[in-house]
Amino acid sequence: MKYMDEFRDPATAKKLVEEIKRLAPIARGQRDMPLQIMEFCGGHTHTLFKYGIESMLPADIEMVHGPGCPVCVLPMARVDDCVVIAEQPGVIFTTFGDAMRVPGTCKSLLQAKADGCDVRMVYSPMDALAIARKNPDRDVVFFALGFETTMPSTALTLLQAHREGLKNFSLFCNHITTPATMRAILTDPDLRLDGFLAPGHVSMVIGAHPYDFVTRDYRKPLVITGFEPLDILQALWMLVKQFAEGRCEVENQYARIVPEAGNVEGLKAIAEVYETREHSEFRGLGNIGDAGIQIRETYAAYDAERKFKLQAAASTHDPEHLKCADVLRGVMKPWECPAFAKTCNPQNPLGALMVSPEGSCAAYYAYGKLAKRKENT
Amino acid sequence: MCLGIPGQITELVDLEFLVAKVDIGGVKRDVIITCVVDDEHPAESCVGDWVLVHAGFAMSRLDEEEAARTLALLAELGDMQAEIDLMRQVETST
Amino acid sequence: MNLAGTITLAHGSGGRAMHQLVDNLIRQTFTNPLLEEGEDQARIPLAELVAQGDRLAFTTDSYVVTPLEFPGGNIGTLAINGTVNDLAVGGAKPLYLSCGFIIEEGLPLETFARILQSMRLAADEAGVQIVTGDTKVVQRGGADKLFINTAGVGVIPAGFNPSAGGAQVGDVVIVNGWLGDHGAAILNARGDLALEADIESDCAPLNALVEAMFAVCPDIHCLRDATRGGLATVLNEFAERSNVDMVLKEEFLPIRTPVRGMCEILGLDPLYLANEGKLVAVVPITAAQAVLAAMQRIPEGYHACIIGAVMEGDGHVILQTAFGGERIVDMLPGEQLPRIC
Repeated sequence: MKYMDEFRDPATAKKLVEEIKRLAPIARGQRDMPLQIMEFCGGHTHTLFKYGIESMLPADIEMVHGPGCPVCVLPMARVDDCVVIAEQPGVIFTTFGDAMRVPGTCKSLLQAKADGCDVRMVYSPMDALAIARKNPDRDVVFFALGFETTMPSTALTLLQAHREGLKNFSLFCNHITTPATMRAILTDPDLRLDGFLAPGHVSMVIGAHPYDFVTRDYRKPLVITGFEPLDILQALWMLVKQFAEGRCEVENQYARIVPEAGNVEGLKAIAEVYETREHSEFRGLGNIGDAGIQIRETYAAYDAERKFKLQAAASTHDPEHLKCADVLRGVMKPWECPAFAKTCNPQNPLGALMVSPEGSCAAYYAYGKLAKRKENT
Repeated sequence: MCLGIPGQITELVDLEFLVAKVDIGGVKRDVIITCVVDDEHPAESCVGDWVLVHAGFAMSRLDEEEAARTLALLAELGDMQAEIDLMRQVETST
Repeated sequence: MNLAGTITLAHGSGGRAMHQLVDNLIRQTFTNPLLEEGEDQARIPLAELVAQGDRLAFTTDSYVVTPLEFPGGNIGTLAINGTVNDLAVGGAKPLYLSCGFIIEEGLPLETFARILQSMRLAADEAGVQIVTGDTKVVQRGGADKLFINTAGVGVIPAGFNPSAGGAQVGDVVIVNGWLGDHGAAILNARGDLALEADIESDCAPLNALVEAMFAVCPDIHCLRDATRGGLATVLNEFAERSNVDMVLKEEFLPIRTPVRGMCEILGLDPLYLANEGKLVAVVPITAAQAVLAAMQRIPEGYHACIIGAVMEGDGHVILQTAFGGERIVDMLPGEQLPRIC
């Protein structure tokens, strides 16, 4: 497949890995621990594991899996809200597949479906809109989840519903923004990160400049990165070069997709429909100012939160012995959590990081086995 | 929520609602192209474009020149590596 | 029989309508001497069975699928081939099937007749007979259009004993062709993801293929069909039960481009997609080339290939990626869901 296979070429990967290996010790310098590079986005975590990239990296580099997996930072109370909406008579609750299995305090959407709620998986918010057109006597709600990548699609869908005057379509808005979440990580006193791979598809919407504060205020180099394995290796190479040469810049590895200024039409739609929330709770990260997004008053009729008069959810905390927060912030490795692989595993996930295949705990659960096997042989 | 895949626009389906068909490895899907058209690049000129598809929306026009540049750079890197290797060999043999 | 109209509760009531349905449609379509005896049970001569082997293989499976008909097959062909394959991968020669229908009232008679007809064709192709059966009709909502259960018996020739626990270090892993076609075809046919792809289910009987394999290698160590949960699930079973690692080479895995495309779009892994005409065999390396050659002479095995090897380990499936890394291919905790993350 064009524009994918070229970026999965093993021969080029080998060369890149050689280069990274050559530069890594210089880049690491006098640090007493390996370079801590956070790939913010769950999509990158997925690529790392799918292609076994970490097994190719030198010991001077350690990847820290970031919170850029929207289902991982979704507070349980929000899943409970989804279930409350889905349980209303006449509601068709539509969602991306990712959110189906995330546990709420009492059940997931998958369980709500089994209990008789009309919960449907869709590929696109536009497909949810099509369901609304076909079922004028039902209330169709779309679970708008995700970072800036997904925001234009939900905003444009809402605007389309508005143009058509559809009264039975609404969004349950749980979008979050990347820069604010990154800032929350950077202000953490326990921070031990050295640099970032920034999410390529978020960046194709917001552009390169929203990351300027990372290099300017926090002196952490950052490379906007694509999702094919060669993209990630190239970005890591660019990052270690920055360290080795003593630079600290926002660089764009993914220029074929990410324009400097982002996507004009997408940003216009976002600005038209959404505004920032003063506070929003993230699972594991607590309250982050300005990271959450809500639907503007003008489009209140399409806001499921207003339509179904959801009570502001009491914040639900993860049990004390789960260290999701520390893992999310990159302060703790998944296996250092006392629940990891013991009470919390993919069959019976307690924390959200174990639910999503992109969650770092689920990923490490599988990867850890491989590492252990290698130790044994 | 970042899963995005490059696909090629094969036909326009609806000019009013800006719907086009993309082909992704032989799989076709109608997508909204609002985010990849503007006055300079109207919908009519989209057929043949490579776009990044996410959740049923074409979210970015793939810059084929940039893609070629990235690949060329990576290929060069290999040549550079070969040169370094050669130099090392020369060094060790002398 | 007039095929206008739909199946109603009367067709399951035990009265005239039911007799018409069973005698004039089902029995006529499936007709064979054992079925025509018309008793409440099929009476199978033992001597014929004993002449063919030393053990009876007996299996059952229920079939539910949405939509009922899809490119490459329908629920009926699945019900025949699925049970035939469950017998075949035990080394058995499949012989007789039972067939139970649970029909939701409202199913068009024409649809039902079409499915019956394709079951007959599938049974003929596989060389099995449907010799006993049952039909129930439930009210609307009591089932989803049509459920089918088939049970099957076959005979295992002496000496054939493939087992999930039989893999040995040094063995090679073989599949008989393209992976994930059925799972992708069903996803596509459901239509709720609004994708258009030219993908057909691989639904096919595997008994001829298995027979050819055993003919050249009676000592096949493991043999399973890779249905629900796909290749990954079967190999995990082999690895766990045999307490070895199964090491796959990604570039050897045969996956069609549109199946790959669909997986890329939906964030799915083709290794977990269902197949309905694919088997996974673990054979001694000394027999591998002979088995492969025998498979490639049978249509269901034209694209047979080696995909990996059995190595010392503690029960994992490991994929060596084309990219140069490796990863564990674990069993999934539940159904694979399309994702957008």
